[in-house]
Amino acid sequence: MSSDDRGSPFAPHTAEETAAMLEAVGVADEEALFDVPEPVRFDGEFGIEPRSERAVREEVSAMLARNDDLTEFLGRGHYAHYVPSLVGHLSDRSEFLTSYTQYQPEVAQGFLQALFEYQSMLVELTCLPVANCSMYDAATALGEAATLASRVRQTTGTRVLVPEHLLHGRREVLENYVAGSDLTVESYPMADGNADLDALADIVDDEVVLLYAENPTVRGCIEESLADLGTLADEHEALFTLGSDPVALSVLEEPASVGADVVVGDCSLGLPSAYGMGLGLFACREEFLRQVPGRLVGASEDDAGRRAYTLTLQTREQHIRRERATSNICTNQAWVALRAAMHVASLGPDGLRDLANDCVRYARDLAADLDAVDGLHAPVHDRHYLREFPVRTDQPATAVATDLRDEGFAVHTLDDHLLQVCVTDANADAMDDLVAAFQEVAR
Amino acid sequence: MIFDQARWTDDDGERYEPLLSEKRSREVERDDDDPLPDDLTRDSLELPDASEPELARHYTRLSEMNYGVESGPFPLGSCTMKYNPKFTEDIAADPAGHIHPDRPDESVQGVLELQYRLQDYLGRIGGMDAVTLQPPAGAAGEFAGILVAKAYHESRDDERSEVVIPDSAHGTNFASAAMAGYDVVNLPSGDDGRVDLDALEAALSEETAALMLTNPNTLGLFERDIERVAELVHDVGGLLYYDGANLNALLGRVRPGDMGFDVMHYNVHKTFATPHGGGGPGAGPVGVVEELREFLPDPHVRAVADEDAEGGTRYETYTPEQSVGKVHGYQGNWLVLEKAYAYIARLGDTGLADASAKAVLNANYLASTIEYEVPFDPFHHEFVASAGEQDAADAAKRMLDHGVHPPTTKWPEIVGEALMTEPTEVESQRTLDQLADAFNAVHAEDDETLEAAPERTAARRIDQVTAAREPRLSWQALDE
Repeated sequence: MSSDDRGSPFAPHTAEETAAMLEAVGVADEEALFDVPEPVRFDGEFGIEPRSERAVREEVSAMLARNDDLTEFLGRGHYAHYVPSLVGHLSDRSEFLTSYTQYQPEVAQGFLQALFEYQSMLVELTCLPVANCSMYDAATALGEAATLASRVRQTTGTRVLVPEHLLHGRREVLENYVAGSDLTVESYPMADGNADLDALADIVDDEVVLLYAENPTVRGCIEESLADLGTLADEHEALFTLGSDPVALSVLEEPASVGADVVVGDCSLGLPSAYGMGLGLFACREEFLRQVPGRLVGASEDDAGRRAYTLTLQTREQHIRRERATSNICTNQAWVALRAAMHVASLGPDGLRDLANDCVRYARDLAADLDAVDGLHAPVHDRHYLREFPVRTDQPATAVATDLRDEGFAVHTLDDHLLQVCVTDANADAMDDLVAAFQEVAR
Repeated sequence: MIFDQARWTDDDGERYEPLLSEKRSREVERDDDDPLPDDLTRDSLELPDASEPELARHYTRLSEMNYGVESGPFPLGSCTMKYNPKFTEDIAADPAGHIHPDRPDESVQGVLELQYRLQDYLGRIGGMDAVTLQPPAGAAGEFAGILVAKAYHESRDDERSEVVIPDSAHGTNFASAAMAGYDVVNLPSGDDGRVDLDALEAALSEETAALMLTNPNTLGLFERDIERVAELVHDVGGLLYYDGANLNALLGRVRPGDMGFDVMHYNVHKTFATPHGGGGPGAGPVGVVEELREFLPDPHVRAVADEDAEGGTRYETYTPEQSVGKVHGYQGNWLVLEKAYAYIARLGDTGLADASAKAVLNANYLASTIEYEVPFDPFHHEFVASAGEQDAADAAKRMLDHGVHPPTTKWPEIVGEALMTEPTEVESQRTLDQLADAFNAVHAEDDETLEAAPERTAARRIDQVTAAREPRLSWQALDE
């Protein structure tokens, strides 16, 4: 505890120590150390009352209790999957949690190896040879893919094509990330929950530098023309960028096999639903290695002749290349990547595939049950779904969603008569209750 | 205090803890019972397949080969490596806060209330009128802040092309300004290590959208001419941007808003003690003056009087009228923001002011006890010593052998062989003495000893050149 008993509880100085230190420095008090001109000095108060640890915990707990206790059938880019206890306990080890970016690799081998393993898991899931050790989220990773497209010499032009109905957040972030380039973002049509390949073929030309598609799509469907999309992008020398996530990638076609140049996405593993906090995936082909944004961990050797890990290719990064860096990113989501790697490792190949396939079955069963409810039609598009699907309502969708909320459930409202419902291992045991609630409100 | 870091090596001594893929790995084939048709699915998947006890041991061993704030002193300049209070972890672990971001406002009043209160606290601390919590890191905050400045100018039909940045600034400043589409004008520092007013006047013009400044700067020096700097920037119609990386020096003594700054970002993973997590996640909220409020990212949180709501107040999200849009797909790093709120609430006015007092005292005390020369003063929460004839990177490696994490090295370049040192307020006099002993021991050692370091760490000196020349970035690449 500090000399002032209202001081920071995390500053260990006793009054005697403070006095001795001031004497060693040669000043009368701490204020003499602030070289701040009088006119700009702050002599007011913030008006923030210090509280005990217990009081703060109770206060936040009371605040969070104001959130309605709803069973969420929500997805659209942010998915809840059960996180094994191992992930929390081991990632919370303070050697991981309280460490910094690995600028001194000799004392940071543990984190570096965990990130190297994370990168390797993404390489397996995407079949692309390069994965970085995190971006902030899917939206910023997509933005980074666009700026990559503007830098690499393989592409020329200014057009970035994204699907209509792309999540609002992703579109908005992308627009901002290309603000400093000459790129423009345009939508291409979707048909029945997939990319409209014919319409797309009509608008693609050699000015396109990036073609973005998602699998599953924003409507939750498996995209059925990935290879054609890849070929189309390739014919016009555009980067084919695919949005996905590890659960989907464990069962769906490998991005590399359909011609993807870049894979982005939000990991959706390792964290609970966290009000949108995520982990941006970024993987790409070898030829873009020196244009990759973000941090990369590589294997090398130490003076003892043993394999060891280090951050590498740092000349791409802002602390060295400044305004010519491949990205401004510095602080990233490393600890979330550690947790995601732990989560994947906990599941193993069977567990991860089972999780994905269970979601497919849950979604199929729930769609069938909802389709049987008067006033509902699901899953709208005649497609395969991974874990979410649209539901058409006879009644206004907003009214149905509001009534469902009164019954204790949250779903997405897309349109006047369109909802979207997401089911995973985290809420599957409430499927029957959701169907019963829909029966009350949908007619 | 000396430490020998744990070092797990395999039997043949060629590697440390084996990779998960080297322990147990399995390739699983597609099954005919799988629910999706085979033309839409992959044929196989190979991943590590270790049991829970094996995984627990693997990650525990890896953690033992990693150094964190709780391992020992971590005086990494510019990074503010504070102790991360445990109770904030418990707060972020509360399932009541584990909410999907697409829920309607009326069902997430608790989340919105905490966000609103944190916006308010940060506004008070920075002397700013409105705050957004959306940017997920400091650099994202810079990018958002510069987008706000750009939108402000454009709203006045005043297109500008340049952002002025001192040569001593953080690399992210340059990169963020470039991402927003600006040309960067490099501002050379004066002989005293501060902004040179003549050089600033020469750099400013009607093309200047903003000056990005860290205060105290990366040498720990307060920009004494800040009022004149603000005047010069505002005279040409530019905005003044505050990089909050060094805010821990000034809490309760001076506020960016009072110095004339128009936009700022806060690094909550520095100033407000949320854990750095081996590189992230952090959060980089942005504060602005009233005139810029309507340009903030979408959505922003506000309080509305409502008789029917609990406590008479309802919280809602809204889109500011001339919003720059979004810099994160949702609302940033929520779990980190919860921890920052808890820290600020715990310390309050007096605790925050004391944190800065002790951070500045610690830096000054440590500097007074080391042999290395510190060419620029008076510094605040950090100082930049020079390793002199020694190679700063080698000196840093040797400090590891003396039981401490070294400072940031070779930056800022204004000091030759820089050792940029920020002990923060969490170190006791005794620990600072230990740090000084380590610095002084290394100071007295010869180059040969430094070049052979480190010896007590899990790994010995790592070959960076080969790592970059022959990149091997995955376990798949190791087999090639």
